[in-house]
Amino acid sequence: MELLTNVLMIFISAALINNFVLHYFVGICPFMGVSKRVDTAFGMGLAVIFVMVIASTLSWLFTSFILRPMAPIPVWIWSIAGGNPDTVVDLSVLSYIIYIFVIASSVQFVEMYVRKFQPKLYESFGVFLPLITTNCAILFACLEIMKNLQDPTRLWGLHEALTLAIGGGIGFTIAITLMAGIRSELDLCDVPKALKGAGIAFIVAGIMAMAFMGFTGMDRGIEQALSGLGAR
Amino acid sequence: MADQPTASERFIQGILPENPVYRQLLGLCPTLAVTNGMKPAMTMVGATAFVLIMSNILVSLIRGLLKPHLRILVFTLTIATFVTIADRFLGAYMYEMSKELGPYVPLIIVNCLIISRAEICASKQSLGTAVADAAGMSLGFGLALASVATVREILGAGTWFGINVLGSGWPDWGIMVLPPGAFLVLGLLVGGANWFGDRRKRLAVTVGE
Repeated sequence: MELLTNVLMIFISAALINNFVLHYFVGICPFMGVSKRVDTAFGMGLAVIFVMVIASTLSWLFTSFILRPMAPIPVWIWSIAGGNPDTVVDLSVLSYIIYIFVIASSVQFVEMYVRKFQPKLYESFGVFLPLITTNCAILFACLEIMKNLQDPTRLWGLHEALTLAIGGGIGFTIAITLMAGIRSELDLCDVPKALKGAGIAFIVAGIMAMAFMGFTGMDRGIEQALSGLGAR
Repeated sequence: MADQPTASERFIQGILPENPVYRQLLGLCPTLAVTNGMKPAMTMVGATAFVLIMSNILVSLIRGLLKPHLRILVFTLTIATFVTIADRFLGAYMYEMSKELGPYVPLIIVNCLIISRAEICASKQSLGTAVADAAGMSLGFGLALASVATVREILGAGTWFGINVLGSGWPDWGIMVLPPGAFLVLGLLVGGANWFGDRRKRLAVTVGE
């Protein structure tokens, strides 16, 4: 029960309350750039979920086995090399370089795989894949996982990391699809000339962010309700 | 505009005519995320300028060795190295500020502004031009962040750089320091910049006639 509540909390928090786009402002570039039509926006969202899950899994593996302080693999190598066993072995200085490398190469591999084996899928979101390397949302998910793995009171497992990735990806998809829907309606409106394009898009995003602020506090309510159920 | 702008032209261009935020809509994550006050915004500008200038220097020096298909990967790894340096520096000497900026310092790696400068300018130009370009762009980025942060901090908290400007009677507009305020202010400022640019162009046309 505890595990389920925990996972549900992470999911709701990543998807709605602390929406990646509207609360943390990551992934703004595609949010502004690819939100002209609903179907392309949805395709972009799916591609982001896909890559985010893969990159998060890999970065969880790298962080928990190599990059965190006293991670097993460097400690093992250190002991084989005959180092002093009391030394704190910490490779976390390398983490940014390794994350960006993992993201860039996983995007490359996913693109090659999809093009070769899933031509239908490639047609629908393959064109967005190269763009995702520079999508801050993916790196942000990796950094969140790193933060929660380095914190000894949390020590996230793989299921929690995956939940964050899926929740964050779904949150991104919701935000970008809503935005695309609003923007296609905006084409019919009489917007002041100077605000056309980016200006009005930012203002719409601001109003959406305000709406999403309404979810604040929802996590605590659900947590209380669930813990009440568990006690009964 | 000439085919190959000189170093000083590039420097000037980065500041206003091709301002990274208002004209090219690049580097929007930090523009929205850390502009709830002047102090975090200026720290962010410092870190970004350091990374932009250093990576432009390095990319410009190794431009003869770049292979086309590995180009972007080399750029990202270069940038990630300098971001690690900046992040460690902030953590060591400005601990509070680095806690406040949180994940946005490592997110400089994926700031489109830096990659686009490496791609468009540094990988093709000599060292001096690349440095001038990076400095101009950093200045433009700094101005943009400062403008957003000024509006948000003054309206949201009545202060500027932590100094009280609007007096104690000012009712803080809480929304300004929260996420929606960032979007609204940037939207209106982009609109204002467009309006101003259009008007100047129109005036120039009438004067020309």
